[in-house]
Amino acid sequence: MRTIFADNLQKKFGEKTVLDGVSFDISEGEIFGLLGPSGAGKTTLINIITGQLLQTGGYAEIMGTDTRKAGDEVRRKIGVMTDSFGLYERLTVYDNLLFFSEIYRTHKSDIDEILQHMGLSEARKTPAEKLSKGMKNRLSLARAMLCHAKLLFLDEPTSGLDPVTTMEIHEVLKEVRKSGSTIFLTTHNMHEAQSLCDEIALLSKGKIIERGSPDEICSKYNYLNRLEITLKSGEKITLDNSPQSAGTVGDHLKNGQIRSIHSTEPSPETVFIELTGKGLGA
Amino acid sequence: MKNFIAIFKKQLKDALKNKAVLIQFVMFPVLTVIMTMNVKPEGMPENFFVSIFATMYLCMAPLSSAASLIAEEKEKGTLRVLLMSGVKPQEFLTGIGGFILAACMTGAAVMCAVGGYSGKSAVIFMAIMAAGIVISLVIGRAIGLLSNSQTAANSVAIPLMLVMSMLPLLSAFNNTIAKAAKMLFSEQIRQCFAPGSEVSVSAEAVIISGVNFIIAAAVFFGAYKRSRRRT
Repeated sequence: MRTIFADNLQKKFGEKTVLDGVSFDISEGEIFGLLGPSGAGKTTLINIITGQLLQTGGYAEIMGTDTRKAGDEVRRKIGVMTDSFGLYERLTVYDNLLFFSEIYRTHKSDIDEILQHMGLSEARKTPAEKLSKGMKNRLSLARAMLCHAKLLFLDEPTSGLDPVTTMEIHEVLKEVRKSGSTIFLTTHNMHEAQSLCDEIALLSKGKIIERGSPDEICSKYNYLNRLEITLKSGEKITLDNSPQSAGTVGDHLKNGQIRSIHSTEPSPETVFIELTGKGLGA
Repeated sequence: MKNFIAIFKKQLKDALKNKAVLIQFVMFPVLTVIMTMNVKPEGMPENFFVSIFATMYLCMAPLSSAASLIAEEKEKGTLRVLLMSGVKPQEFLTGIGGFILAACMTGAAVMCAVGGYSGKSAVIFMAIMAAGIVISLVIGRAIGLLSNSQTAANSVAIPLMLVMSMLPLLSAFNNTIAKAAKMLFSEQIRQCFAPGSEVSVSAEAVIISGVNFIIAAAVFFGAYKRSRRRT
């Protein structure tokens, strides 16, 4: 069963086209990653899917309902983690969750369970404004999970976090997936996309330019696979990873000039650069 | 209704930790108590300070707190999360507005007690205060909806509340100002609380305040429609 479906979505703000014929679908229990640089149209797409914005053209569905008609019943099944956290800074960790548990009509006992699960139990009486960025991230994720979401929207869930916290959050997200929830995340983090997502879509200038599982995409662009040779002189040479490069490599080997050889497999980032000429962080 | 109660409770907890907002609710009632208790020149009517501060209170506290709180929710992204969580915009606005009305009416009750109003006078005083607070609140909510940040909201709300609250006081010194001030609900309300006399409501006060309310409501609905425009 598909949780999100978009068909030829278009959005214009005045003369400016922000989304230009975006189509995709996300199945239940899938982690879908939307990758694209700032201004690619990621937030606009999320706003349309969640019913915050009306599309100029095309059709979108969320949990079987036209996004333009999605009401409170649908929205209460959606957990949202925004890039700005969206926390009540003066309220404590517990009060932030208590407020949303009342909005989501969930039991108060769920709060303690989630605090425990997210490692926030000790900070329950701390005002959100006094939390570190990593803790705010966790709290924002805890709030999104509080409604036992069937669908989670996560905007840059690990942006600016240290590797340990990032790994912990990835573990939590994998557990969420196991429970059957669908996750829609946007990220600039290639490692995150590759390790977490079942499927990714590369969005550039309002268009999806590539879509598939990270492995599929990388295999498709395997011709980008290169050999990177660092010579003892410090010079770096990049060669195609093909039989034609054997001669050059052999010559350097014979002369004892090679310090290291690496093969550079294509990543979603290199694919994105190949397709657009720009990096994802651009 | 459940969302309204949840937002009301959240706002109460938040306001108790938000000194900038809290002071607006508390300052004028406390000032009224202090001045009435301590400054008692001979011949000064009992409700002298109440008549001055009540008008300023209903022009300032609801307007600036509504504008600031709504703009803050927009600025911090909490409003976006709320709307995506199934809270209707009208529930959010009612929750915030309900809290501000309750807080300001508590302050009004203190002023009523200090002013020595009782019985029918107290009921009329509170009714006038409620009407003024609602008009001011509607204006503040419109400003909040039209602003993307607290700074932007305050840059409109502060001059506006100063004009509305100071014009009635300045009208005593200049006829032109007096004529202009007469068109404001704040001046009409000030006249209802004339020092040394019973609280009274004239037909002119009702009509002018009613017109002020209609204009404020029209501006609010325009702002609401604009902020809700999803195309």
